[in-house]
Amino acid sequence: MIAIQTMELTKQYKDKIAVKSLNLSVYKGELFALLGVNGAGKTTTIKMLTCLTKPTSGDAFVLGNSIITSPLKVKAQINVSPQETAIARNLTVRENLELIAGIYGNDKKQSKLKVEETIKSFGLSEIEKVKANTLSGGWQRRLSIAMALITEPQVLFLDEPTIGLDVLARRELWGVIKKLKKKITIILTTHYLEEAVFLSDRLAVMAGGEIKAIGTSDELIEKTGSDNFEDAFIAIVQEGWSGV
Amino acid sequence: MKILAFATRNSKEILRDRHNLAFGVGFPVVLLLLLTAIQSNVPVDLFVIDQLAPGIAVFGLSFISLFSGMLIAKDRTSSLMLRLFTSPMTSSQFILGYTLPLLPMAILQVAICFLVALFLGLAINLHVLITILVMIPAAILFIAIGLLCGTLFNDKQVGGMCGALLTNLSAWLSGTWFDLDLVGGFFKKIAELLPFMHAVEAGRAAISGAYHCIFPELWWVIGYAVIIMSIAIITFTKKMSSDNL
Repeated sequence: MIAIQTMELTKQYKDKIAVKSLNLSVYKGELFALLGVNGAGKTTTIKMLTCLTKPTSGDAFVLGNSIITSPLKVKAQINVSPQETAIARNLTVRENLELIAGIYGNDKKQSKLKVEETIKSFGLSEIEKVKANTLSGGWQRRLSIAMALITEPQVLFLDEPTIGLDVLARRELWGVIKKLKKKITIILTTHYLEEAVFLSDRLAVMAGGEIKAIGTSDELIEKTGSDNFEDAFIAIVQEGWSGV
Repeated sequence: MKILAFATRNSKEILRDRHNLAFGVGFPVVLLLLLTAIQSNVPVDLFVIDQLAPGIAVFGLSFISLFSGMLIAKDRTSSLMLRLFTSPMTSSQFILGYTLPLLPMAILQVAICFLVALFLGLAINLHVLITILVMIPAAILFIAIGLLCGTLFNDKQVGGMCGALLTNLSAWLSGTWFDLDLVGGFFKKIAELLPFMHAVEAGRAAISGAYHCIFPELWWVIGYAVIIMSIAIITFTKKMSSDNL
């Protein structure tokens, strides 16, 4: 079953084409990583798929709903953990979770239930009454992801989820993300190649707004004739290799 | 439910900022006390309480613009807005979520101003309650100005626009500090074209019991409120679907 399908999805800013005729299918329950150097078009792709920005041409279907004609239906089924930690800094951990549960249409009773479940599953009990702006970077990121999951999205977008975290906090978050695999569809963007290899089922490497290669990490290593995934990534990005 | 959840968050953000409370409630009250003290020591009628209180109430509302503008501008420049804009909330739900908590705050602020004025000699009667109601269009106007500024500018620019420019405009061009007839000319013409003087005059008419004089003044305020709120809604909706939040 396909969760996300893009059809000639294109975004142009004045003279610059950020994403060019993207054709991509992501399957339900898959953890799909979008890789690429800065300016490759990853974040623009995520912004279009999450209905934050409209494509210049083409379309994408998220769980069968068009991002152009049915953005509210798309939004109701997805959630995002943006690159920077997206939390209401003056609210407590519990209040942040209540806010997100509420704006996705849950009534007070449902919200309370979901907040309790999320606090428990993310181990946030000790800090539930702490204001978000006093939390460490690792806890803020954990809260940010908890806020993305409290709405039980069918598709989750994780934009650079572990950027700026120390190695322990990163490993801890990897554990959280791993647990979600197969339950929901996850689109992950990251600059950490080992993270993408460790977490994802399939990867796509973007450069210049286009997908240059797509497959599992082993497939891409084999296709490029490289010894490891880092070499494969460099070969794809730098040498204009195309084996989509 | 969506609006309520968002409005609750916005109330908390505003009320947890001590500067907001100090300026929004404290500053107008301090001014009221100070100018009444001056009045008691001068032989002419400069700051008579029934003339002064509606003026200070309108001046105090300019801080509501600052609160709403700052909140939206800060939200826009934070990742939280990306999260909020990917939620299934519509632009009208966002606007209502920002506006609803500010309206009771504005009414409370006006009420506190008149409560202090009662202790300073303002007569206790029904006119005071009517005056508070008459101030509601002005409250909506100032909220709308804040929504518009917060949608268009960043938090530093909002600080300048609403914190400095708007507070001064609403002070000098409202006839609160001095009789605009004394200055006359171009200055008075400008004041007459803007809503601040009309908001104060509507309040003064209400507090004096001259109810027939309220609406000629209040229409100006209502007109400005409707126009600026409409522009704010259109601008916010456009921003929501634009590439640059």
